[in-house]
Amino acid sequence: MIVVKSTVINTERLQGNIFLQKIRSPEIASLIKPGEFLNIKVSESTSPLLRRPFSVADVEDEFIYLIFNVAGEGTQLLSEKREGELLDVLGPLGRGFNLNDDFESAVLVVGGIGAAPFPFVTRMLENRKKIITFIGGRTSADVITYGMKNVFSATDDGSGGFKGTVVDLLLTKVNEFRSAYVKVFGCGPTPMLRALKEFCLEYDLNCEVSTECAMACGFGICQGCPIESTEQHDKYLLVCKDGPVFNIKDIVI
Amino acid sequence: MNNVDLSVKVGPLKLRNPVMLASGTVGYGREISEFTDLNKIGGIVTKSISIKPRMGNPPQRIVETPSGMLNAIGLANVGVEAFINEKIPFLKKYDVPLICNIAASTIDEYVECTKILTGEDAIKAFEINVSCPNVKEGGLQFGNDVRAVGKVTEQVRAATEKPLIIKLSPNVSYIAEFAEVVKKEGGDAVSAINTLVGTAFDIYSRKPKIKNINGGLSGPAIKPVALAKVLEISRNVDIPVIGIGGIMSWKDVVEFMIAGASAIQVGTLNFIDPTAAGRMVDELEQYCREMNITKISGLTASYILDKE
Repeated sequence: MIVVKSTVINTERLQGNIFLQKIRSPEIASLIKPGEFLNIKVSESTSPLLRRPFSVADVEDEFIYLIFNVAGEGTQLLSEKREGELLDVLGPLGRGFNLNDDFESAVLVVGGIGAAPFPFVTRMLENRKKIITFIGGRTSADVITYGMKNVFSATDDGSGGFKGTVVDLLLTKVNEFRSAYVKVFGCGPTPMLRALKEFCLEYDLNCEVSTECAMACGFGICQGCPIESTEQHDKYLLVCKDGPVFNIKDIVI
Repeated sequence: MNNVDLSVKVGPLKLRNPVMLASGTVGYGREISEFTDLNKIGGIVTKSISIKPRMGNPPQRIVETPSGMLNAIGLANVGVEAFINEKIPFLKKYDVPLICNIAASTIDEYVECTKILTGEDAIKAFEINVSCPNVKEGGLQFGNDVRAVGKVTEQVRAATEKPLIIKLSPNVSYIAEFAEVVKKEGGDAVSAINTLVGTAFDIYSRKPKIKNINGGLSGPAIKPVALAKVLEISRNVDIPVIGIGGIMSWKDVVEFMIAGASAIQVGTLNFIDPTAAGRMVDELEQYCREMNITKISGLTASYILDKE
């Protein structure tokens, strides 16, 4: 966990409001693991005041890739950063995915900008596990396939792939991938995670999901990002420190 | 000029420099110690402790606002027992004054908590939180009532001989009145200010952005308010003031001291740059050198006002 100035190498629009940014950050690149995140100050001024948390999309040598959706003032400023500009980066933060369990195939379940951590996950798994990726979005413009393998897509409006939610699509394919050696990895909006939890409980599948929550610090001192635990009823877990990746059984969604 | 004396006194509490870390923005020191050498800091004020552990409020607890943030954490804390057994031992490893912040729902709880903790050698002073805006009982219920603040001060005073600081709410019309009652009832100093009550709405869902509806506003947005409150106390009451509110740089520290603060606390900035407070100490020394100031404590209440 360090604070460093990192140089923007390149910012490109992937599709719609989705951007791919490459930054040079050797210290963090050598430490960070799939599912962990960075908290980035996008401006030196007091507006926006707080850092913005971003999943790491991939790592290549001393470079880190981010995939983000322009959703407000902070991400707008980030999308405008050009080659050579500096970002104040805090990381690596949080607990990422456990990719070393005893499983043979990985089922990745993605909703919208929840795609962000999965190019890294895919690259770490592709030579040793079978991967099936299910990606959902409102329209085909929201389906992010960058860096993914073996993709099946679903859209709410039917503009690309299966018409319906990504978990509906999962249900139609469950007999093709269901086995004791499957592990599900998910990231997406809350309704998707809720449906995914029901799905995984019903078919008894091991599943880890990456969650998100508004936060200030990203390392446990502001206590701004509680998430309800299924086990402990007298205290909250923190998304930033205990997560952002949790076993889906451990959290109330 | 070689030596700058950065040490300050807040009543009976001696600090090696005026830069303290504010309660609720550094937990119990562990995480921030990865970024800042705690041996360099003037003092650390730990997260509000209550007799029993508190879960805090459900999410969403925070939202960003222009040059500020609203929080409604709800005094989530480990409780006094875990604080003694698990948190104090870590801080004992450092040579940094530990100021223990206490929150409670009743006067008896404040007193009980203080009695349990006052025997801990590691605790150098108490800061009593009578001004948390985010809990239903206690908090502002006390902070807005000058008699209640007087009673809390009087009874906690009787429970400890250690330096006693009362953290005041800015959500009152005349803060000096509260500082006056703290002085009268034997408090050694006041911290000013805690957060300002604020709210924010989502214009599409028409719901408050924070689950608790109201939150406490902090960050640089509140600095002018905090400075005015510090000045008001400084001009009207003879009691040491610890200045808090939106400090983002060493320049803000100097400004607070000029307005009347004997020391200051860095709060929201710890979330944004957890390395900043340590750096400020060096920058303050540099400023003093440049200004030929031999003792930084001389800055306190050194404002120059035109005669009325």
